[in-house]
Amino acid sequence: MSRSPRSVLAAIVPPLVFGVGFLLIWETAVKVFDFQPYFLPAPSAIWTAFRDNTALIWEATKVSGLNAFVGLAVGTALGVSMSFVLARFRMLNDLITPVSIGLNAVPIFVLVALFNNMYPVTSEVPRRLMVTLVVYFIVLVNVARGLREVGAIQLELMRSYAASDVAILRKVRVPNAVPYLFTALRIAAPASVITAFVSEYFGGSQNGLGSRIVGNIALSNNAEAWAYVLGACLLGLTFYLVALALERVVTPGGVSARERVGA
Amino acid sequence: MTDAGPKAVEVRGLSKVFNAGKPNEVPALVDIELVIEPGEFVSLIGPSGCGKSTQLRLIANLLEPTAGEILVNGKPARNARLDQDYGMAFQQAGLFDWRSVVKNVELPLELKGWDRAKRRTRALEMLELVKLPEFADHYPWQLSGGMQQRVAIARALAAHPPLLLMDEPFGALDEMTREHMQAELLRICGETSTTVVFVTHSIPEAVYLSTRVIVMSPRPGRITDVVEVDLGTHRDLDTREADAFFKKVTEVREALRGIQPVGVEPDIEQVSEEA
Amino acid sequence: MFALALVLVAAVWELYKVIGPQDGGTIFGWTILPRANDQAMPHVWDMLSRYAQPERRGSTTSIFQVVVSGAWFTFRLALTGFVLGTAVGLGLAVLMARFRFVERGLLPYLILSQTVPLIALAPLVVSWGGKLHVGGFEWPRWLSAAVLGAFLAFFPVAVGTLRGLTSTPPSSLELMDSYAASWRQTLFKLRFPAAVPYIIPSLKLAATASVVGVVVAELSTGLAGGVGRLIIEYAREATSDPAKVYTAVLGAAALGLVMFGLVALIDLATMRNRPKEATG
Repeated sequence: MSRSPRSVLAAIVPPLVFGVGFLLIWETAVKVFDFQPYFLPAPSAIWTAFRDNTALIWEATKVSGLNAFVGLAVGTALGVSMSFVLARFRMLNDLITPVSIGLNAVPIFVLVALFNNMYPVTSEVPRRLMVTLVVYFIVLVNVARGLREVGAIQLELMRSYAASDVAILRKVRVPNAVPYLFTALRIAAPASVITAFVSEYFGGSQNGLGSRIVGNIALSNNAEAWAYVLGACLLGLTFYLVALALERVVTPGGVSARERVGA
Repeated sequence: MTDAGPKAVEVRGLSKVFNAGKPNEVPALVDIELVIEPGEFVSLIGPSGCGKSTQLRLIANLLEPTAGEILVNGKPARNARLDQDYGMAFQQAGLFDWRSVVKNVELPLELKGWDRAKRRTRALEMLELVKLPEFADHYPWQLSGGMQQRVAIARALAAHPPLLLMDEPFGALDEMTREHMQAELLRICGETSTTVVFVTHSIPEAVYLSTRVIVMSPRPGRITDVVEVDLGTHRDLDTREADAFFKKVTEVREALRGIQPVGVEPDIEQVSEEA
Repeated sequence: MFALALVLVAAVWELYKVIGPQDGGTIFGWTILPRANDQAMPHVWDMLSRYAQPERRGSTTSIFQVVVSGAWFTFRLALTGFVLGTAVGLGLAVLMARFRFVERGLLPYLILSQTVPLIALAPLVVSWGGKLHVGGFEWPRWLSAAVLGAFLAFFPVAVGTLRGLTSTPPSSLELMDSYAASWRQTLFKLRFPAAVPYIIPSLKLAATASVVGVVVAELSTGLAGGVGRLIIEYAREATSDPAKVYTAVLGAAALGLVMFGLVALIDLATMRNRPKEATG
């Protein structure tokens, strides 16, 4: 899909204008109004803090990132497996759906408080478990929908071939579900980072990005705290882009499912 | 005959080119001349790409011409639109799902600032006209396709415009409903004395409804023939089975046949023979 | 069906208590099996009965009251954040629908914002509480929580509303053109009503987001009065009083469900007269 230079420019210039303008306004406002660092540090101060602490930020990122990744991988695997079970036993669907809708509504991450009790204090497992849970439901709902919502015409065709249920699964349902899986991943990837984060606020080991942010605030090192926030945003963005890249690689031509919103 | 008032529609030297100057330039219409008297029912018929919908939209001032001028009710098309001198109906009824039937009909009146009581009275009147008064408080999705189109027609005529523009409004209906709707349309327009410009693909529909059938051809879009339909003003279900009807249908069909299918150069001699 | 699912969950919980390792277990050397003793995993009936009992030794208020009042406190904050975020989100979406430059400039950031953990900003926003004085107005701590909720709720509403406002069928726009309707008239009579099916799902996201924002804000500061604080407090007492923390957790869950129910009501009210969308 070739794009004229004019349209590429039209796509890039406005966000640049807004982005740069925003940073400039921020920087000057801090100077003009003499904002105290504990309120709002200047972008330049944040950038300096980021460069100064890169090694530390990286360490913390690795911890949170690993938690997010483990949860993402396991949650996806479990979600996909379970969705096959749901496809096989339709009744379970009616059971699971209200639960997942309900879970979508509640601040589920509070369960981390419970998990922390179930495991040794230094374990990262409560957070990974939390991420797994969140990812599991996102993937489950979407992939199950993909396996289930096959066009009536395709099913009729397969039946006219006297195809077995397994054959239908392999040849029709699974390919149909693949875009749904990627829709789920696009939501689950950032969600895994967010959940890994938020889980850290509930206590437990203090190695991750979330705890560092809180720690720095407690010491009134706001610029450092913002630097960790920047690290966190980069982490989340990376996960999202990787999910997108994976989608491009596996489904070239970019046939993305209708935009579904989580569960 | 016609009185000395303004013509319903006057089109002079009209041309429309899409994407002028760019590599994907398309001459949609070339040198269109058309005069429609008040009270006429004029159909535009022709194969895909002949510009009939474009022409309708130009009259409606939803598009601007590249050259030429359009007068509606004696005014430039833009003024006619701002003054709401016409009503429009499309192939999709285009009713608003979230409004009841009567509120859908009220829409143009709301926009003109009519007060509530007046709007409601007029809207209910219009629903009586299209024979759907008992559905006033229903919602569009509760109505069949034909009924939705009737509501769309009621809406188009709600402000009693002198001109009605219709773009294949019955295209999505089945044959039986279509024939019924055509009869209804003639009745309604007869009762309101509305001039109608009607775009269609269907030859029998054009002949049944119109006093004049304008035959158009594509590439570039232009008028190649005009067929006067003198089947009288009283047309009913029997009209379709009359000899005169078939003769007219054949006449229009032959006029259309003079136009080669898209992709083949038009046969100049044959076209001039028919004209 | 929902009730059946809950019963099933409870049954699995109890089953695990029977067969699970008392002090946690290992699979392939990883400590991933939770402890099944009564301290880590109280019996279901213990949790439920705990509601009726007093909060502290010697206090006369039952936990039920405490949790409910905490949930109510958090709910009001979440609601404030939700309303605020929705209002700003709707406004921005209209602005973006009106001015293409604004849309092209801001939309990438809005979409990006849904991929980064904005929640990371939570402690920062919350830290303003108590420290900020703007011309005599002192920033109350609870406002930080509501602001955070609003901040998180705003993005899905803006994105969803914009998508809805720009997805009006062209033939309906033509119709409004033929009526010589102004942009404002078209906005209120056509674009907004047509956008409702897009706005409602984004409201569901916003409701959840505002709850998340408020609860996290409470956690970061231990904002007194809210259910988040209760969870943290009770978690500390988990060794002596295991069932306590579960009461607060269930309270938080209930709070989320109520917010969700609110949006469901809005959904019902606005979509009442529309054709049902084909499901599944």
